[in-house]
Amino acid sequence: METYDLTISGALQAIGSGQLSPVELTKAVFKRIEAVEGKIKAFVTIAKESAIEQARSAEINIKKGVKGALAGIPMAVKDNLCTEGIRTTCSSKILEKFIPPYESTVTKKLKEQGYVLTGKTNLDEFAMGSSTENSAFGATRNPWDTGRIPGGSSGGSCAAVSAGECIAALGSDTGGSIRQPAALCGVVGLKPTYGRVSRYGLVAFASSLDQIGPITKDVRDSAILLNVISGHDLLDSTSAPVEVPDFVSVLGRDIKGMKIGIPKEFLIEGMDKEVDAFVRDAIKKLESLGAVPLEVSLPHTGYAVAAYYILATSEASSNLARYDGVKYGLRAEGRDLMDMYMQTRAKGFGSEVKRRIILGTYALSSGYYDAYYKKAQQIRTLIKKDFQRAFETVDVIATPTTPAPAFKLGEKTEDPLQMYLSDIFTISVNLAGVPGISIPCGFTSGNLPVGLQLIGKHFDEESILKIAYAYEQSTDWHKKRPKL
Amino acid sequence: MQYEAVIGLEIHAQLLTDSKMFCGCSVKFGSEPNTQTCPVCIGMPGVLPVTNKNAIEYVIKTGLALNCTVSPYSRFARKNYFYPDLPKGYQISQYELPLCEGGYVEITEDSSIKKIKLTRIHLEEDAGKNIHDGAGNYSFVDLNRAGTPLMEIVTEPDIRNPQEAVEFMKKLRTILKYINVCDVNMEQGSFRCDANVSVRPVGQKEFGVKAEIKNMNSFKFIEKALEYEIKRQVKVLKEGGRIIQETRLWNTDRGITESMRSKEEAHDYRYFPEPDLVPVEVEPSWIERIKTQLVELPDSRLERFISQYGLPGHDAGLLTSERATAEWFEEAVKSGGDPKGVSNWMMGELLRLLNEDNKQMEECALKPGQLVGLLNLIESGVISGKIAKTVFEEMYKTGRDADVIVKKQGLIQVSDESAIEKVVDEVLKNNQKELERFKAGDEKLLGFFVGQIMKITKGKANPKIVNELLKKKLMEDN
Repeated sequence: METYDLTISGALQAIGSGQLSPVELTKAVFKRIEAVEGKIKAFVTIAKESAIEQARSAEINIKKGVKGALAGIPMAVKDNLCTEGIRTTCSSKILEKFIPPYESTVTKKLKEQGYVLTGKTNLDEFAMGSSTENSAFGATRNPWDTGRIPGGSSGGSCAAVSAGECIAALGSDTGGSIRQPAALCGVVGLKPTYGRVSRYGLVAFASSLDQIGPITKDVRDSAILLNVISGHDLLDSTSAPVEVPDFVSVLGRDIKGMKIGIPKEFLIEGMDKEVDAFVRDAIKKLESLGAVPLEVSLPHTGYAVAAYYILATSEASSNLARYDGVKYGLRAEGRDLMDMYMQTRAKGFGSEVKRRIILGTYALSSGYYDAYYKKAQQIRTLIKKDFQRAFETVDVIATPTTPAPAFKLGEKTEDPLQMYLSDIFTISVNLAGVPGISIPCGFTSGNLPVGLQLIGKHFDEESILKIAYAYEQSTDWHKKRPKL
Repeated sequence: MQYEAVIGLEIHAQLLTDSKMFCGCSVKFGSEPNTQTCPVCIGMPGVLPVTNKNAIEYVIKTGLALNCTVSPYSRFARKNYFYPDLPKGYQISQYELPLCEGGYVEITEDSSIKKIKLTRIHLEEDAGKNIHDGAGNYSFVDLNRAGTPLMEIVTEPDIRNPQEAVEFMKKLRTILKYINVCDVNMEQGSFRCDANVSVRPVGQKEFGVKAEIKNMNSFKFIEKALEYEIKRQVKVLKEGGRIIQETRLWNTDRGITESMRSKEEAHDYRYFPEPDLVPVEVEPSWIERIKTQLVELPDSRLERFISQYGLPGHDAGLLTSERATAEWFEEAVKSGGDPKGVSNWMMGELLRLLNEDNKQMEECALKPGQLVGLLNLIESGVISGKIAKTVFEEMYKTGRDADVIVKKQGLIQVSDESAIEKVVDEVLKNNQKELERFKAGDEKLLGFFVGQIMKITKGKANPKIVNELLKKKLMEDN
């Protein structure tokens, strides 16, 4: 096995036993980046110099006996998470030169545990998209087939993990932006419960839906990272003051008798047959491990995508108002104030971002608010209740992560509605605020990864991690690596 | 046709918190531009607001003082509009669920009491300030004020004339200052109001079309602007015209209101619940705790001053108009001062001197116990009332005790009859002409003799003894 293919737990073991040093590991990862990044384009900014420095100081700390949970682990961070002194672009022209004077809470926690930042990864501009094609700095490619999209919006992070350009990564998930690309890139992506992880320093797309989560090569790494980034933060009022369990300790526990809900509404038309078959196989596998599959109903699922595109765009239209050319970021010249605003935003934002700002502005406008925003909030409440009711009888819910494997670059860019449907299985999880994880569960005849999504109760990441781990232990999908 | 005005006010009061509404920056006034800012209040990407609990507490306090219902559950909302002094492109405010609802303020009008009802009180953040250079080429943005906590108090359209509006504002100012939630400085803009004004024929129930009047930054301008606006609207209607719903600005220089924007040009603020903040839940125990900390309010204090100290209504009103004044008074009475005596000295001398110096009671060097010391010297005849005024001024200036000043300047009253008699004799002897006129019946000259005696004794002669002796001598000579 190549050094860059190590998991967090594997690398920590190798470092702990003295077989590998953080600097060696970091150098191996950068060697890999140099070899494949030209094909993948996972990064917006590569931070080699500071990474080697961080690896050195991790090494010194380890010698001193200070052992962070991520000491010397090279990780990539989605470029919508603010990193002090390192530019944070959101893959947008409007923030192309923006260098935050502050650190996001999650990356601060990673730093405290001694991680090494390899670079900032590409995304759909402001996390708006499902293919990482909406980046002002070019599209990221799927390591399994570079003619295909990696999914999005955390496509850069997922492709980087899959291609060995980092040991693990962080992404953000508003409607599936961690889980969908994780499925399409054959890695593990976890969206925690809304409020589990602080959003401070995550550039907001839709504040009531955004959540940061780990993107890793296996389930154990996901639990390790979740341990580090979870917890109440005084800087984020929406982060929940709830206790954080040790997510690693539940791995390997028996899943016998655990009830797995299969929502009947998720068997949609136009579903890819191979994906469908792999997901059914995965459920059978879980049954063979002692879990009990049960049919459940989430009756309002059909309204989720529509409600999501009202709520997320409404919040986005307001969240993105601050990019006005006055204080930081791009400023275009204008005849007067209004013209400066218009030129700046016309030049600074890409077309998908503009489309969503217009949609959201419309939905919040006086006279339309009740018909759109308010109605969508009511649907959101119904969807939340659907999940509550389902979780009265089951412990977790299993679905495909996406209806189809990765599509070709450019295939859906002209058809936003088709693009929006690739998040059909993930969106309702954000609306309900519950946690969801995507794990590899097969490869199509075209050698493209397929993802299984496991959804848990509020603040019950333990159950989905436990089941995901049990599944992973009895399969080899997660060990497959793309040939590049 | 006779018209009457219908006025509702929206008051913005800057809260006296140490830090801003959603971050830890200072709210001090007058610092160098952009020195009191941080990533949160300048709206950098990815930062989040954290509510200042003190600001919420101040609004609850105000709600209790203004007889409002404090909502157990309220929410912040975003008010969206673009302006350079608004760093996030939205203001965090409250819309559907404000912190306080209902309530009223009582004002006195022609000695009868009128209740002005309140609609709501909500909490929001202030914007920054745009500064334009003289040549008009550049504009600058100062975000020191951005994020300062503001409380908005909205009245029902219960006000019927400009004087009532001013009375209301004065009363509100007194209360807000009493409960120490706002420094009520209209000049610096920490206490300001907009007015919704309409007129209608007397007897008509429906409201007329309203105009919103802004930029009235003193009581005088509120009165003038409203007077002007009411006249303007009545004139338009009498001439057969129609009032347009619009926002108008008071132009101080020209003494008129001018159209700023019409209803069609009005912003659509696209309010929606602020997703970065959880709803504000106010437990009954929190309200109770704030209630126990609430000071006695001016109205009940006034009534108590009348009943407890036997003060006339006028005195009580004046002494309770400022919390510091009322507390000074009560402190003096507690130190043994006679209420009416303390009140007379405060209203006659102390408030006059403070007023002359343009000072607040809080800045007064003289302590209540010192006034009582002075009153005791008068009572026991050590100094005369007349001398006391001089002593008081000295005390006010230096903060020294009365007896120290009296001793140092030799102002002790002369009550020695033989000493005074000598002076009386001398004055009568030296003013023969006046004496004769007095004897001829010009009794007004009694005051002249007293004056002469006081002049010679430098005011120190006990006036009672002077009077007695003088009368006795004058009678004798008859």
